[in-house]
Amino acid sequence: MKKQLRLSGSGGQGVITAAILLAEAAVAEGKEAAQSQSYGPEARGGASKAEVIISDETIYHPHVETPDLVLAMTQKAADKYYSDLHKDGLLILDDSLVPETPDFPRVVRLPITKLAVEELGKSLFANIVALGALVRITGLVQLDTVKEFVKKRVPPHTVDANMKALQLGWDVAANVQ
Amino acid sequence: MSKARLMQGNEACAEAAIAAGVNFFAGYPITPSTEIAETMAKLLPQAGGKFIQMEDEIASMGAILGASLAGCKVMDATSGPGFSLKQELIGYAACAEIPCVLVDVQRVGPSTGQPTAPSQGDVMQVRWGTHGDHPVIALSPWSVRETFDATVMAVNYAERFRTPVMLLMDEMVGHLREKVELPEKVEIYPRRKPTKTRAEGYQPFAPEADLVPNVADFGEGYHIHVTGLIHDETGFPVGSPKVTEESIRRLHEKIERAGEEIIHTESYFMDDAEYAVVSFGGTARTAYEAVREARAAGVKVGLVRLMTIWPFADKVIGELAAKVKGIVTAELNYGQIVHEVRRAANGACPVSLCGKYNMRAFEPSEILASVNEMVKEVEG
Repeated sequence: MKKQLRLSGSGGQGVITAAILLAEAAVAEGKEAAQSQSYGPEARGGASKAEVIISDETIYHPHVETPDLVLAMTQKAADKYYSDLHKDGLLILDDSLVPETPDFPRVVRLPITKLAVEELGKSLFANIVALGALVRITGLVQLDTVKEFVKKRVPPHTVDANMKALQLGWDVAANVQ
Repeated sequence: MSKARLMQGNEACAEAAIAAGVNFFAGYPITPSTEIAETMAKLLPQAGGKFIQMEDEIASMGAILGASLAGCKVMDATSGPGFSLKQELIGYAACAEIPCVLVDVQRVGPSTGQPTAPSQGDVMQVRWGTHGDHPVIALSPWSVRETFDATVMAVNYAERFRTPVMLLMDEMVGHLREKVELPEKVEIYPRRKPTKTRAEGYQPFAPEADLVPNVADFGEGYHIHVTGLIHDETGFPVGSPKVTEESIRRLHEKIERAGEEIIHTESYFMDDAEYAVVSFGGTARTAYEAVREARAAGVKVGLVRLMTIWPFADKVIGELAAKVKGIVTAELNYGQIVHEVRRAANGACPVSLCGKYNMRAFEPSEILASVNEMVKEVEG
């Protein structure tokens, strides 16, 4: 098993944090994981990306070559990062922020940022909502493992809201095939 | 849950330095090395050490050299642009034999170049950046786990040889997070101490049997004079041709005589290999993947990875060139270590460069293409 995931958006949306949390959970469950990201001008305002490879075997080349899944949380990121998706791969779009759907066979639109704003009052939680959805869709790690690492990483007074964000993401991904 | 955890290369460097006994860090943060300073700032005071953010790069070097002379184990971390600014005092440390570790997490140059974009373009600068004849030890890890080991090794070599040791990292490994299980204990080379009293005729720069002097730390009860001028065993400058020649020779020989012991290389898929890729650092991971793909297509190719960059692995490459039909050197630059590979191969087989310098790390397919090209050239 080797899965290549790319989480993309713009600087400040927390895609790197979501990628780190996925990788941390995978390692805690005994898998190999490699997480990297693009920095520099493209990460500030433009399209930025964080990548995670999760595998049963040692990972050598540390960057994603052909993603199995791309999450895009802005239109710019969607346009820029879906093109090298595996032909059977899945493109997940934040319904609130990506108005135009790229031409790709398997696309899922989820109301990620909308849920964060309407249920938790802040778009800040969108990355954790997205993470909850990714955990369910990929089945790579257990939701409980991810919860532990989210608790460790976020400020104590936001733990409850973050747990709720994870659950919102998990629930909204219920029907994704 | 196991002890395995996700860790970044730069974090592993900082944690290893503390495990190896580094108790003084001075630096001027620069991407892609910043997390080393950040982690040191957080962890070093908790471990009883001192972290200082200095006003610039040369001052950081000055601070660590002063602290080293006062008995601390020291490290400084930077990237190419900062490394350029430290060169004067790197030479001073080599001449005055002050133990120190310099981390260079390379990015695209020259000058301020491309902040944070991966590169391996400082191979020759770590060797020859400072002027004059001087020896250098440089290590280049390829994984987060090996970054830990190489950092410990760098601290120990600095102390053992009383010389600057360079940890030549790259963005691919420095910013990579992956699974590590760290050792609970590491072997530490202690600070060398005077074996004679002043009454017994102690001379601070008199070499021991391994050609390294046991220079007393400041505050240890000895009179010490430290200078970047060529000096005799007393530590005071002398204008003598004989002392100059002996000093420069001894600086080199103290490291040359350690020889193969400090030259670390690894071979993969080499048993029946007819061709070889030579690489190092983060690029070697991609080379590994390329070699695996070539093998799957029936090409008998292996990988030789240099962990020690300097001193150069002359013997390993010389023997490799005598064995294989061609060598591809994969490095993320316009061509630097390839010149050393050619020199060591000494015409025994063709040596080609697979280089790249466009802000992007290699893809396996690019190195694979260079291997296929070499095979085509040789087999016709």
